[in-house]
Amino acid sequence: MDAIGQIAQREPSSHHLVDALNVESVSHWFGARQVLQDVSLRVPQGRLVALLGPNGAGKTTLFAIVTRLYHSRTGTVRVFGCNMREQPSQALSKIGIVFQTRTLDADLTIRQNLIYHASLHGIAKRNAQERSAALLERVGLSERIDDRIRNLSGGQARRAEIARALMHRPRLLLLDEPTVGLDVASRSDILADIRSLVREEGLSVLWATHILDEIESDDDLVVLNEGKVIASGPVRTIASQGDLATTFRRLTKDSRAKEDT
Amino acid sequence: MTATEGRLSFPGYVICFSGIARREILRFLNQRERFLSALVRPLVWLFIFAAGFRSVLGVSIIPPYETYVLYEVYVVPGLAVMIQLFNGMQSSLSMVYDREVGSMRVLLTSPYPRWSLLLAKLAAGVIVSLAQVYVFLAIAYLWEVEIPPLGYLMALPAFILTGLMLGAIGLFLSSLVRQLENFASVMNFVIFPMFFASSALYPLWRIRESSEALYRICLLNPFTHAVELVRHALYGSFEPVALSVVASTTIIFFLLAVGAYDPARGMMLRRGGPSGEPA
Repeated sequence: MDAIGQIAQREPSSHHLVDALNVESVSHWFGARQVLQDVSLRVPQGRLVALLGPNGAGKTTLFAIVTRLYHSRTGTVRVFGCNMREQPSQALSKIGIVFQTRTLDADLTIRQNLIYHASLHGIAKRNAQERSAALLERVGLSERIDDRIRNLSGGQARRAEIARALMHRPRLLLLDEPTVGLDVASRSDILADIRSLVREEGLSVLWATHILDEIESDDDLVVLNEGKVIASGPVRTIASQGDLATTFRRLTKDSRAKEDT
Repeated sequence: MTATEGRLSFPGYVICFSGIARREILRFLNQRERFLSALVRPLVWLFIFAAGFRSVLGVSIIPPYETYVLYEVYVVPGLAVMIQLFNGMQSSLSMVYDREVGSMRVLLTSPYPRWSLLLAKLAAGVIVSLAQVYVFLAIAYLWEVEIPPLGYLMALPAFILTGLMLGAIGLFLSSLVRQLENFASVMNFVIFPMFFASSALYPLWRIRESSEALYRICLLNPFTHAVELVRHALYGSFEPVALSVVASTTIIFFLLAVGAYDPARGMMLRRGGPSGEPA
């Protein structure tokens, strides 16, 4: 790990509260190929942590392990103190997820998708109707509630996915490159929405991205490269010797050099 | 506090189950051509194949029939179960599709245990297949294939069980298939052999007359027992061997599917997750 990262990781940001997400020493292999090496990171309660890494860094694999889609052979994942391996139901009930790939059912309407998701969390249809109306109001999709997903734009579908992820009132929101393929305006709208949820409702967020513009100086940052955490801590600390873009290029220099050869 | 943060309650399981079933039904209703094609297939057999073979294939008195029956009367139970066979495979196709488009991830990240999610998915498929089966039986009735009125009711548990068995086989197969394209070959290697090497179209004694080996294969085929379970139930009799085979096949394949969809074992580990994306 980078020296700056080591210093940053020692800085405690919340002594009293259990972490919203705590990943400890997670490694993962696909066959003989190791895709995650001893990854550790934490998302303190009420914070937005950006998980920055180039394509193929292992961000999606890490998300799959955190959401129990994959099983990690080593390491532990805790969500608000609940061990994902031992208490998967309790842990999963606290997580809302926006996957990198579209996961809404294109043949169903927004309302039907949201109610379906609510039922997967044991929420009765009547409560789900009320909750979906409120969330769609928030993300500006009230008037499209009965439109099929296939008739929405990319940005609208993404906002519908975010509304869906919030249906069961999760305390931790995981977003895996949620702005991929969106125009600049849609990207900034979605980011602003998520930041307001953190500010106003104390939601904890892990935001995976490879776009540096999406990261603010107040954020916490984890840099993942070739399956390893190479820096972690407040953005200000990690990028103290220059701007974030320069620091990121320096940190990932070796892997880019390998790609070029 | 999230909805399921405390513990998973029984009403929560019911809500989860009904949500999965509702989605399957909505998807089915959105695909009207699927409903039509599910009906056209057995009706072609009934109206054309069975009519053509009526004079060639006489069916002697065999249980549960108490008299000679016309060929179309004989094939109706087999065709009804064929609807369920195709439906079971269609449900599996939707699992493969769900994996590819990613909505499988939404299902598998529910806090409810994975076996209960897969069971709900299976049961939802059976509900859809029952609607098709009974519409087919109604059309068959109009075609003068009359079944004792009570038989329609008595066959319901048999149809539920055979639907679960065929769905469980499909569920397990879906875990073995990585991409949608590969599923077509699985259909050819599973559906046709299962259907033709069974008692759906011909009584087993006729098959035995031509080949002892084929007769034994038919006996080993769980589809044969599914057809016989339904045939007997439709005529108010009970076939314990068929029930045992169908029930145990259901349990075995469902457990295999649960193992295959477990994140720590089977397909989820081998293929790197439900979308099969090792990245």
